[in-house]
Amino acid sequence: MPKRTDIKSILVIGSGPIIIGQAAEFDYAGTQACIALKEEGYRVILINSNPATIMTDTEIADAVYIEPLTLEFVSGIIRKERPDALLPTLGGQTGLNLAVELHNSGVLEECNVEILGTKLSAIEQAEDRDLFRNLMNDLGEPVPKSDIIHTLEEAYRFTEEVGFPIIVRPAFTLGGTGGGICTNDEELNEIVASGLKHSPVTQCLIEKSIAGFKEIEYEVMRDSNDNAIVVCNMENFDPVGIHTGDSIVAAPSQTLSDREYQMLRNTSLKIIRALKIEGGCNVQLALDPDSFDYFVIEVNPRVSRSSALASKATGYPIAKLAAKIAVGLTLDEMMNPVTGKTYASFEPALDYIVTKIPRWPFDKFESANRKLGTQMKATGEVMAIGRTFEESILKAVRSLETGQYHLELKDAHSMDDRLIEKRIRKAGDERIFFVAEALRRGTSIETIHDWSKIDLFFLKKLENIIKFEVVLTDNIYEKEIAKKAKQMGFSDRAISKFWGVQEREVYSWRQEIGLIPVYKMVDTCAAEFESETPYFYGTYEEENESVVTDRKSVIVLGSGPIRIGQGVEFDYATVHSVWAIKQAGYEAIIINNNPETVSTDFSISDKLYFEPLIIEDVMNIIDLEKPEGVIVQFGGQTAINLADKLVERGVKILGTSLEDLDRAENRDKFEQALTQLEVPQPKGKTATSVSDAVIIAEEIGYPVLVRPSYVLGGRAMEIVYKEEELLHYMKNAVNVNPEQPVLIDRYLTGKEIEVDAISDGTDVLIPGIMEHIERAGVHSGDSIAVYPPQSLTQDIKDKIVTYTTKLAKGLNIIGLLNIQYVVSNNEVFVLEVNPRSSRTIPFLSKITNVGMANLATKVILGEKLVNLGYSSGLIPEKPGVFVKVPVFSFAKLRGVDITLGPEMKSTGEVMGKDFTLEKALYKGLIASGIKIQAHGKVILTIAEKDKEEALSIASRFYNLGFKLLATEGTAAYFKNAGIPASVVGKIGTEGPTLLDVIRNGEAGFVINTLTKGKQPERDGFRIRRESVENGVACLTSLDTAKAILRVIESMSFSAEAMQPAERGTEVVHS
Amino acid sequence: MKRKLVLEDGTVFIGEAFGAEAEKTGEIVFNTGMTGYQEILSDPSYCGQIVTLTYPLVGNYGINRDDFESINPAIHGFIVKEAADFPSNWRSQLSLDEFFKMKNIPGIAGIDTRKLTRIIRKTGTLKGALCAENKSDAEVLAQLRAVVLPSDQVKRVSTKSSYPSPGRGCRVVVVDFGMKHGILRELNKRNCDVVVVPYNITAQEILSLSPDGIMLTNGPGDPKDVPQAIEMIKGIQGRVPLFGICLGHQLFALANGANTEKMKFGHRGSNHPVKDLSTGKIAITSQNHGYTVEESSLKDTQLEVTHIAINDGTVEGLKHKQHSAFTVQYHPEASPGPEDANGLFDQFISMIEAAKEEGEKTCQSVQI
Repeated sequence: MPKRTDIKSILVIGSGPIIIGQAAEFDYAGTQACIALKEEGYRVILINSNPATIMTDTEIADAVYIEPLTLEFVSGIIRKERPDALLPTLGGQTGLNLAVELHNSGVLEECNVEILGTKLSAIEQAEDRDLFRNLMNDLGEPVPKSDIIHTLEEAYRFTEEVGFPIIVRPAFTLGGTGGGICTNDEELNEIVASGLKHSPVTQCLIEKSIAGFKEIEYEVMRDSNDNAIVVCNMENFDPVGIHTGDSIVAAPSQTLSDREYQMLRNTSLKIIRALKIEGGCNVQLALDPDSFDYFVIEVNPRVSRSSALASKATGYPIAKLAAKIAVGLTLDEMMNPVTGKTYASFEPALDYIVTKIPRWPFDKFESANRKLGTQMKATGEVMAIGRTFEESILKAVRSLETGQYHLELKDAHSMDDRLIEKRIRKAGDERIFFVAEALRRGTSIETIHDWSKIDLFFLKKLENIIKFEVVLTDNIYEKEIAKKAKQMGFSDRAISKFWGVQEREVYSWRQEIGLIPVYKMVDTCAAEFESETPYFYGTYEEENESVVTDRKSVIVLGSGPIRIGQGVEFDYATVHSVWAIKQAGYEAIIINNNPETVSTDFSISDKLYFEPLIIEDVMNIIDLEKPEGVIVQFGGQTAINLADKLVERGVKILGTSLEDLDRAENRDKFEQALTQLEVPQPKGKTATSVSDAVIIAEEIGYPVLVRPSYVLGGRAMEIVYKEEELLHYMKNAVNVNPEQPVLIDRYLTGKEIEVDAISDGTDVLIPGIMEHIERAGVHSGDSIAVYPPQSLTQDIKDKIVTYTTKLAKGLNIIGLLNIQYVVSNNEVFVLEVNPRSSRTIPFLSKITNVGMANLATKVILGEKLVNLGYSSGLIPEKPGVFVKVPVFSFAKLRGVDITLGPEMKSTGEVMGKDFTLEKALYKGLIASGIKIQAHGKVILTIAEKDKEEALSIASRFYNLGFKLLATEGTAAYFKNAGIPASVVGKIGTEGPTLLDVIRNGEAGFVINTLTKGKQPERDGFRIRRESVENGVACLTSLDTAKAILRVIESMSFSAEAMQPAERGTEVVHS
Repeated sequence: MKRKLVLEDGTVFIGEAFGAEAEKTGEIVFNTGMTGYQEILSDPSYCGQIVTLTYPLVGNYGINRDDFESINPAIHGFIVKEAADFPSNWRSQLSLDEFFKMKNIPGIAGIDTRKLTRIIRKTGTLKGALCAENKSDAEVLAQLRAVVLPSDQVKRVSTKSSYPSPGRGCRVVVVDFGMKHGILRELNKRNCDVVVVPYNITAQEILSLSPDGIMLTNGPGDPKDVPQAIEMIKGIQGRVPLFGICLGHQLFALANGANTEKMKFGHRGSNHPVKDLSTGKIAITSQNHGYTVEESSLKDTQLEVTHIAINDGTVEGLKHKQHSAFTVQYHPEASPGPEDANGLFDQFISMIEAAKEEGEKTCQSVQI
């Protein structure tokens, strides 16, 4: 059927900020879809609150709105734009939920907007547990025994009937927030309570657990002509019981016979047909490992994380085709974009094995509960492709960037067998490594299967790897053995360890004997048809298919998996860099391993290598491609960290040289440079021992900022206020020695300023200056950033421009740099210089209309800013106010302290823009998910050091009509200052405590500042967690509280009683 | 132990031996299905061919009792990237290696099967030999080039004598050109009273069984190598409703004056989209054929194209303009592969029932 001509404009809803359960995959899907719809000639209107996305670039849609994804704002846009249709299936759960809300509010009917793709009834049938079960019953498809519950009592009744274990899934939530498996009454109590709270409809599905079954997924598509196909099926390495987003996944399925495969395929197609979805859909199934019994677990009637993975795993662009199907095209009339010769109505055939491993944030959140269950905890994922399972999984392991290059745990030898068994029985993020260790100790795969229910097939594959370690160790520099090892995916680094030689020696030897990888194409059809897709993976086989052209090429290194501190912003910059390289006439080659992103869409670059970002795999590609050079500025720390190894191997780094990168990152060299350039920085020194540290801290004066020398995203950074705390930190947080020194800096309480600039060596262009709401000490990624700065004098701005220019030139920056300053007592101090793309590049690029990554890439390739139409200095400020508000995923991570500090904790960001700071902040905060109540109760638990400052905050809340609740000490302090506050019981006291107030949903805000080292710290932790778990905004920085106050104040009219009359003019009573 | 694969273009692959130590030659064909190796290796349509699977891991779920499409595999060899030595599935009884040893068929693993597939794609199907590693390439190549591929595959795989598979429903005579068990399974599922007969049966012999319907099965090789079947079809069509699959489809076309031709490398896999021209609907089908009905040759026949392959537009289904007869090039019985086209068996039964009704009416009117 040809595309529809009765609709002209389509509204696409994005997924908003990156949070656990909803990451970059929706930028990939949304971008593809918007481009596809534009291609078909529709006017595309996009709304998304997340500025760090390609999809919110103005080139991607005809009208881009970076506004909060709430009923209020989206309705406004619908009324303004009057789109003919709405496509809600590309924005994840957020998009779907919003579509339902829009419908229920009547605005769609009012404005005559049709929902495309998945009809509302299908969304409801798939999402509402009751309707879903009815549908499955009608279709004769089995679902596990389950019930919908609305209260704890109902949960108990169900459990009495079917017995434990029980799975709890809250309705309408992302990534299973608040759900889990319960094996006893206590767990049932906790998890059901949390689940009911998190479900917007106070509804949970409670079902008999089928943990241990094989978990299988099918990605299916259907068009308006009822043609339906399977794009890909996937088998989880981890059996049912662990959220698929937290599972290691293989594609295609590995242990299913054709009968099992077709049985589940039929079910999946039956379901998508019954739901009448026009587009893509994900069906999750559980298959009994010992019979043909199976159950349908759930259906996602939209593109998803799994569909992004399936697209990258097969080459089949699901989101793009789903968008075209939504406007009426059918599968048989669309070409398969990969082959360009065959049609989209077929099922991809793979001739390789894909594995995906999630990337968890536990390196950042050491206190988090690492147990995996039905609630997703991973922030990102890596994918690897190989011709053997062993190769695929080992490539995925070394793509993780967790310091592992092989299936090896660092401290494995010191662990006893019981611990290993425990960690295999109860899955955590490192389970696969514990399995490897158990195998190394001779545990049989049958035993491990008993512990974990992981299929013997996968365990056998891991055992092959472990057994081969011994062969390898016994056969140093044996060509055939080495070849086998490479075919099994062993890294040079792992081989070098077993051989007791240097990694580079293995690499050189391989070069000598010609043991090098070939590159095979991902072509959707297992080579049946000729394809020209420039999408490759490396493997140790005979035939190389990656043809090196005679065009000059440039390689860009991507940023790998999404993790805290390195989000989708870096993929944004990578994509823009690739585009700029193409514009400059070079062949643009990208290496990356993240299946969720736009950069790994094969249509972005001239060539995509889906490979691990470690030196060996990168060098293999460089050896083949012989590029002009490599750009490392855009791929975050992942790419920067490879720079020195690349230079060692004679590769040319384009842009800022390695030496100058080092000058910015190496503490001593940086200090020297600053002195030379006469740019002030807070006093600081390097300590190599504990006693050293004490002396230095004394010398520069408390409070001091302490951190290990090379850090990413503020890891292990702390502010300490006295010697006692310093000693505690030195003993517990770091292991100080001359090789691993600790940096101690004067902590300046001032305004933090952030600047991104582009330098070509002659001119330094500064598109904008951003001011942080939270004072220095809160990680820049966790701070609210404001553009343009609201409180800086011209003099200070001039100083910032001068220093930025000096630093860029003095450090010989070619390309991007990001600088953090602190303004204290009218002086500007530089905190750090990052000689690379930063988190704020997309935000600033969008506001100022300066395509920073594009410009920087052209400068890196030798162009001058002047020739590109720019000159030195700060670009005049744009009208309006723009704020970037961080978004956290604390609700998904139990045990994590949410206090803001020097360590970054946010997973994503949103933008708020308007004409005043208050309005922009309002939008930003709303978009970030904070509920702003104009009245109600505020709980204040304030550390001694902050009490004085908190006074004005308390008073302002009071004046707005809020009721203040505080613990005894704080309340007394406020009362003394004339601010009425009610006393609420501390934790552990009789009667209702503040935890009860939070739990009952009585408090609109909780303001809590951190006290160190004592009991209140633990109480504070409980208060903060309780707030998160109950969806109450908990503010740990007084600056954030002040910002919120400004917003509320601007929303409220003042309510001041008239001034009492002056003495002497009193009314005379008669 | 090493083994090698020599292609007639001179390419040599060295890999690991599995299965029997026999040396075999045959036409090399690739199948892109990611599951269903047991059904593929036992599909009689591969008689005399050496099959390579494009999916690299083969044998993961082992060999089980249930999934055979014939009792004895007719393939000459099996080529895979990796033959699983440790299958994992609740139904698994044997590994690939054990099975092939038992059936005296050689296999080779550990070679770049994607390279092999690309060679076949570029040059078309070609001859190959599986032999011991130490044999001289030149010698093997000379022998291989001299080999004349067999033309009697249907005779080799067809049943030698007729046998029944009784039921209480329609009487269906299945002409076995190398029948996959799946066809029988589908008919039995529909309560058909089946009689399976050899490929060289005559029309007269078939009619003497008083069939309600006739099924022409799949089978190996060039349809033109089975002239007697063409004659047989001419004798039955129009008298009894007829359904043909794969080779049966090609024979039906030949019997009606159309022509068949050899394809460059054929269609073999579980992901082939086919369009039903009357409804516009797409079915993803299981296919295994190296020959196709030449579309232009249908011009002056009584045949009408009902289905086409989406990707290359080749003829995938035919029906007779006058008679109750239709055929498809693909495999509605699936096994292995998608079951999207399974409804064709129902269509066959409906056609039989309609014909019976028509027949009864005719009988009644004659009586009157």
